Amino acid sequence: MKLTLKIWRQNSATDKGQMVTYPIDGIEGDMSFLEMMDVLNEELIVKGEDPVAFDHDCREGICGMCSLFINGEAHGPDRAVTTCQLHMRKFNDGDTIYIEPWRAKAFPVIKDLVVDRGAFDRIMASGGFVSVNTSGNTVDANAIPISKIDADKAFEAATCIGCGACVATCVNASAMLYVAAKVSQLALLPQGKVEAKERVLNMVKTMDEEGFGNCTNTGACAVECPKEISLDNIARMNREYFKGMISAE
Amino acid sequence: MSKSVLLKSSIAKKYWMAFTGLFLCLFLVGHLIGNLQLFAGGEEGRRAFNEYAYFMQHNPLIKVMSYVTYLSILFHAIDGILLAFQNKKARPIQYAMDNAASNSSSASRKMAILGSIILIFIATHMVNFWAKMHFGGLQLHTTTKTVNMPIGQNPQTGEYVNEDIEVSYILSIKGEYLDHKYKNPKTGETQERYDIKHETMVYDKSSKLKVSEGYKDLHTAVMTFFGKDAQGQKKNQYALIAILFYTLSMAVLSFHLLHGFAAAFQTLGLRHPRYTPLIKMFGIIFAIVVPALFALIPLYIFIS
Repeated sequence: MKLTLKIWRQNSATDKGQMVTYPIDGIEGDMSFLEMMDVLNEELIVKGEDPVAFDHDCREGICGMCSLFINGEAHGPDRAVTTCQLHMRKFNDGDTIYIEPWRAKAFPVIKDLVVDRGAFDRIMASGGFVSVNTSGNTVDANAIPISKIDADKAFEAATCIGCGACVATCVNASAMLYVAAKVSQLALLPQGKVEAKERVLNMVKTMDEEGFGNCTNTGACAVECPKEISLDNIARMNREYFKGMISAE
Repeated sequence: MSKSVLLKSSIAKKYWMAFTGLFLCLFLVGHLIGNLQLFAGGEEGRRAFNEYAYFMQHNPLIKVMSYVTYLSILFHAIDGILLAFQNKKARPIQYAMDNAASNSSSASRKMAILGSIILIFIATHMVNFWAKMHFGGLQLHTTTKTVNMPIGQNPQTGEYVNEDIEVSYILSIKGEYLDHKYKNPKTGETQERYDIKHETMVYDKSSKLKVSEGYKDLHTAVMTFFGKDAQGQKKNQYALIAILFYTLSMAVLSFHLLHGFAAAFQTLGLRHPRYTPLIKMFGIIFAIVVPALFALIPLYIFIS
């Protein structure tokens, strides 16, 4: 398969950056998108050029490290997959593929296609936890009865890998789906109810401070999410926030 | 609850958008029901519409509601503009290639632009009608009727002579028709019984006392604005442009509602597997039917 790649190249966070065109040949349909990037980088190294920097880790769709805005969509044209799970058979011989980093003020580019998603970590640090007594008399989590429905919903929310595709795809660069998944996952469980009010207020406050946009309910995030996190979570966070807003002291 | 949470947090700003937006949807229904009276023709329809306009301007409860509506429009617009600017700032560098059409509707991504067009329409619409109703520029509701009246005795034959005389009546807010103007068949002069002050206040010419109050003829203003000669008033020569602008604005409103109606419920957290599909379906019907009926009114006036 012969392809034309148009890739965002940016030397450093302060560099201006630009799209650079790379022709590539010998790509097979069974390769993953990241393997295709590896082929390109090997060619660049042989030529003595700087390889394209991109994030990746597990390459099996669970770590949330890989990103890439491919042909105008987060994680490429396939649904419910991360970029590492995207196969080259989704493209045709002779295609031009645009490869860009996540674009958001809150996700500054570090180099080429690598962005700093530290804003997500800071949101988590501001409330994405439960306080548990670990002084020796810890209660077994399974000792608390939880309805199957709630447990399933909490689990579904917890499948969020924090890749940032929701932010990247949102026309407003809003982080609502990510934060909603994290808020929901804890708000649905008895352990999380204790700190529910403060959690949602603090996490949304941090989200706003990090410079993410506001939700306009376009629903693009849920469509592009590799883990298919539902908009139900955003509605739940909106309810949680209302409860917190009117009753927090 | 701190002020910053209520006004500055992204989610609270969205609550305000949803609350004011849904309230404005209610306003649209009320406004539409009133306007549908414009489909009723003749003096009866004109009278009903002008009486309704008077009621809307004077009923204390409606007055309160109208102020809530003005505030809602202002708040919805200002809050919306603030959100749109924040959203623009959240992505300083745009994508070279963005296939947004694959994951969301264009209306949902263009709410700010659609809303801005609607705001311009509201301003124009208020200048066209609301300002005339509130600050003057409308005629008094009068109606003419030809009456066969005795005008005197023929001195030769001793016969009483009747003649058709056109009499202009003022419709008072008590519902009576006051005979106001007629043309004296002998002298050819128009004789008036009342003085009209402040557009609608009816004073007796001889006693100088206030007799009654009339209605503002908003109906005729609407008819002439949309290209129909009515009550001896010339039609608006730019009626076609006005109709085109009104129809396009309603199309924009339709797209705005197509996304906005259901989105408001989502923002307020009102989402449920059983009710959300119903809300979405109702939203689509609402977004099509309400603007379509609004748009039909000027077209109907122009054609009929």
